[in-house]
Amino acid sequence: MSGQHRTPRGGRIDRARPIRFTFDGHVYEGCHGDTLASALLAHGVHLVGRSFKYHRPRGFLAAGAEEPNALCTVTRDRARTEPNLRMTQVELYDGLDAASQNSWPARGFDVGAINDLLSPLFAAGFYYKTFMGPRAVGGTTMWAKLFEPVIRRAAGLGRPPTEADPDHYANRFAHCDVLVVGGGPAGLAAALAAARAGRRTMVCDENPEMGGALLTHPAAEVDGRPAAAWAASAVEELRRLGATVLPRTQGFGYYNHNFVALTERLTDHLAHPAAGAPRERLWQVRARHVVLATGATERPLVFPDNDRPGVMLADAARAFLHRWGVKPGTEAVVVTAHDAAYRTALDLHRAGVRIARIVDPRPRPAGPALDAARAAGLPVTAGGTVIGVKGSLRVSAALVARSAGAGATDHEAVPCDLVLMSGGFTPAVHLFSQSRGKLRFDAATQRYLPGDAAQAQSSAGACAGAWGLAAALDGGSAAGAAASGGEALRHAVSGDHPEDGGGTLGTLPHGRDPSRVKAFVDFQNDVTAKDIKLAVREGFKSIEHVKRYTTTGMATDQGKTSNMNALAIAAGALGRTLPEVGLTTFRQPYTPVTFGTLAGAARDELFDPVRRTPIHGWAEARGARFEDVGQWKRAWYFPVAGEDLHAAVAREVRATREVAGIFDASTLGKIEVVGPDAAEFLNRLYVNSWSKLGVGRCRYGLMLNEPGFVMDDGVVGRLALDRFHVTTTTGGAPRVLHHMEDYLQTEFPELRVWLTSVTEQWAVIAVQGPRARAILEPLVEGIDLSSGAFPHMAIREGAICGVPTRLFRVSFTGELGFEVNVPSDHAAAVWDAVWARTEALGGVAYGTESMHVMRAEKGYVIVGQETDGTVTPDDLGLGGMVGRAKPDFVGRRSLSRPDLVAPGRKQLVGLRTEGTAVLEEGAQITPVPDPKRGAHAIGHVTSAYASPTLGVPIALALVENGRALTGQTVYVPMPGGAIPARVVSPVFYDAEGERLHG
Amino acid sequence: MLLIPCPYCGPRPELEFRNAGHAHIARATAADDQGWAETLFYRDNPKGVIAERWRHFSGCGRFFNALRDTVSDGFLASYRVGEPRPAAPPPIPEGEAPRIGAGEEPRP
Repeated sequence: MSGQHRTPRGGRIDRARPIRFTFDGHVYEGCHGDTLASALLAHGVHLVGRSFKYHRPRGFLAAGAEEPNALCTVTRDRARTEPNLRMTQVELYDGLDAASQNSWPARGFDVGAINDLLSPLFAAGFYYKTFMGPRAVGGTTMWAKLFEPVIRRAAGLGRPPTEADPDHYANRFAHCDVLVVGGGPAGLAAALAAARAGRRTMVCDENPEMGGALLTHPAAEVDGRPAAAWAASAVEELRRLGATVLPRTQGFGYYNHNFVALTERLTDHLAHPAAGAPRERLWQVRARHVVLATGATERPLVFPDNDRPGVMLADAARAFLHRWGVKPGTEAVVVTAHDAAYRTALDLHRAGVRIARIVDPRPRPAGPALDAARAAGLPVTAGGTVIGVKGSLRVSAALVARSAGAGATDHEAVPCDLVLMSGGFTPAVHLFSQSRGKLRFDAATQRYLPGDAAQAQSSAGACAGAWGLAAALDGGSAAGAAASGGEALRHAVSGDHPEDGGGTLGTLPHGRDPSRVKAFVDFQNDVTAKDIKLAVREGFKSIEHVKRYTTTGMATDQGKTSNMNALAIAAGALGRTLPEVGLTTFRQPYTPVTFGTLAGAARDELFDPVRRTPIHGWAEARGARFEDVGQWKRAWYFPVAGEDLHAAVAREVRATREVAGIFDASTLGKIEVVGPDAAEFLNRLYVNSWSKLGVGRCRYGLMLNEPGFVMDDGVVGRLALDRFHVTTTTGGAPRVLHHMEDYLQTEFPELRVWLTSVTEQWAVIAVQGPRARAILEPLVEGIDLSSGAFPHMAIREGAICGVPTRLFRVSFTGELGFEVNVPSDHAAAVWDAVWARTEALGGVAYGTESMHVMRAEKGYVIVGQETDGTVTPDDLGLGGMVGRAKPDFVGRRSLSRPDLVAPGRKQLVGLRTEGTAVLEEGAQITPVPDPKRGAHAIGHVTSAYASPTLGVPIALALVENGRALTGQTVYVPMPGGAIPARVVSPVFYDAEGERLHG
Repeated sequence: MLLIPCPYCGPRPELEFRNAGHAHIARATAADDQGWAETLFYRDNPKGVIAERWRHFSGCGRFFNALRDTVSDGFLASYRVGEPRPAAPPPIPEGEAPRIGAGEEPRP
């Protein structure tokens, strides 16, 4: 049995398909089609959780996405645990395991409820006042020491899962002519009009079943058919016409240029999701036109204890009755300032719920709804108010009274187990507002309605202020037709009673001591009318400030049920009108969206793709340690027999300098620059001169940005008069190509040059050391490796191991060296052959750390390590490379900027220290050992290593006027005391460069 | 996400593009120090129409210029490098697929 409050028939549920589920450890039975909320209400369960701050007992306020109270945690397994789900949207499945939140030890007896008694401590601005509170010992505030740990435990919502999310999430980009958000009467009518006009149409709705209000008006007929049946046939026709119909899909964000984000729930409603099925799908839709048909949200009335379980929105009760076949109580008091709740009262009355009283705050309500209620014998108190309720865990009576100005008289306790309230309806303009449309305040109905649209967009139905099924269908039809150039269809409606009279904002009069009662405005963040008035008394005049100070509207529901009441109370306290006080901003997302949906496939390996060279596998098999360089994994060092980094590097460096070492330099950026004007192009992009570089020769190139600072460097080889092989730094390749393309396309479009990235095409094996030639000689075909035929800084094309190669004679170690470029597909095989020779001759493979050490011993800079975007060629001691005779190159004009020629610039120098301690990279440099706090640093250490070759620590540094300080002592202040360092040449080893020419 | 009208490929999502700063900044290398400093570093931050450079990075790879309203983020025009800034914004290409093969491909 699915509950004693289940109606015998009616609703969109299947009573023949029972479902067993668990809530807080108790097993219940529900029906296929139930939500967790409707299934619990069918068993009379109203108390479903505790509130955020005061731990007040809470029940269901609403029946849909706007629900602020009824949040739960659903657990499938340890990793699949999701907190803060709205129970009104959790679809029941067999075995569903849900738990209430924020209550301990049980939701019926909760220790944290002491907060309710201590509530004077937690008034508006509590957090801010506590932040600013008295300082405790040690300089931290009482907040950090005392309040925060306690509050963090007591307040808050559900707990996040502790394990990684094992599910995966899909992502789709979609384009359409008309996107309709909302599948109620207005949305379905709009989609039908567009689809019949032949437009590519999409329509989404957050519910599992399309239809919206058509599903909660069983007496109504559309086009001669029951409203729900009409909705089903509309969906069927849409599908037949090729429209994309997306139930369980929330339109949560409206962005620029009609870009709308939807999230589709795919498996959360299934007992046994297929293995590997995506859990949710993010739709990124670009629409020519968007029709918003997002409906309206009923407003609670603000009276003391309006948050007790059993106090519910009237329209929610209608939905529970008609959509899910549940009577949410047996005896109801209906408090309404709007006509619609009368019809709800009548429907409940017919379903067997005793209507104990209808209380209408309006002095003289009138109209067909009231007449119908009176004709049915329902007792109505006009000009009435509710000054509170009895019952804590469940309402047991409503305290009904007559309004008398700001107070109330003639109190009477009306027994009931259900209080339904309606303050009228607030159009759901969230997405419209997100689209940057301007809201307009309609004084007559005291509502904000969509005004001028900012994008190709229109609003239809209740979100546009239209009321009733006929108006929604007509409005939707018209919007759909206008968006598609189609025909506005007319839909005949009967049996609907679309009275739209009344509505109120702010508090009901109650005459009780305002300091002793809590009349809730924002149920999820526990903000009361008193808090908002206090904020105004404390001087907050802007609604944006009131919102932040009281936190009203800042919970996960973003104030869907509370914003207008909060605004009205603030306006009342300020003595201003609503539009004068303003409206807070609506922001994406409309409802919370899982991180999984937003991340999609971009997680783990795919979050930031890892790039590996063709030689990676070899290095891995040799036990290399890797380091990340940009997206690349680079072999860092190759430890042998338990060596640490230091020992491995010392061995690699010594072997390379004494015999030879090979190094995987495949990550170097490579750009082929081709065309009749290629040399002229390079003249303009690099500081160097290229025109006279002979074919078969290389040169070290330095690239500046327009402000004159070094942005990249690399060796450039000339393969032919019109063809250059340009190398860049590992991290700089895309940036350099972008920079080259920019100048080629926009500043020098007259140059006939083509640029191609060949980074991935060529793998590079650096062979360095006195035996480098001996290693390569037997492997290379068609290239004379002798020094006379193939000097330093030359490039040759030929073959190695039968594979084409571009062979550079270059060195980044200071030793005789070659860089073997081979097509990536063959690189592993060539590496194996080179390694076999190297090993046989007593050489090593070395990693990036040894590469760094050897280049530092030679004073070779690394762009990005010695440079930081403020360093000129002259700062690096490379001013001689600048082709000053060239009429122009990028950065040339800037090299004579006053700041770049001023004395006192930081210059690259070497530093030598006593002892074995290696300086800290990034450490500051001062002229005195004991600088005053805040004293000016004259430079910083850019690179520092223990040099295996010299047996001493070495460092490179940028120091003001550094070259003039050669021979002098500077200081590197460290926590243990300043370390003296002698300024020396940055070239520590083989200053004459003789080893290069071996 | 913006929908950016590439003059070579038609409207494409912002993901495919990189902004490249203000357009029509002449590379006045003959300027004095103050003039050159202005070329390098001085920029407006207009409320309203801005002429800016974009590159269709993950598409045709071309740089182009566009007029954008910084208030609404609406694109008013896009045009090729070397073309003058349009006085009256022409209509933006509407959702058309690029007509590759119709002689409208980007020229090298």
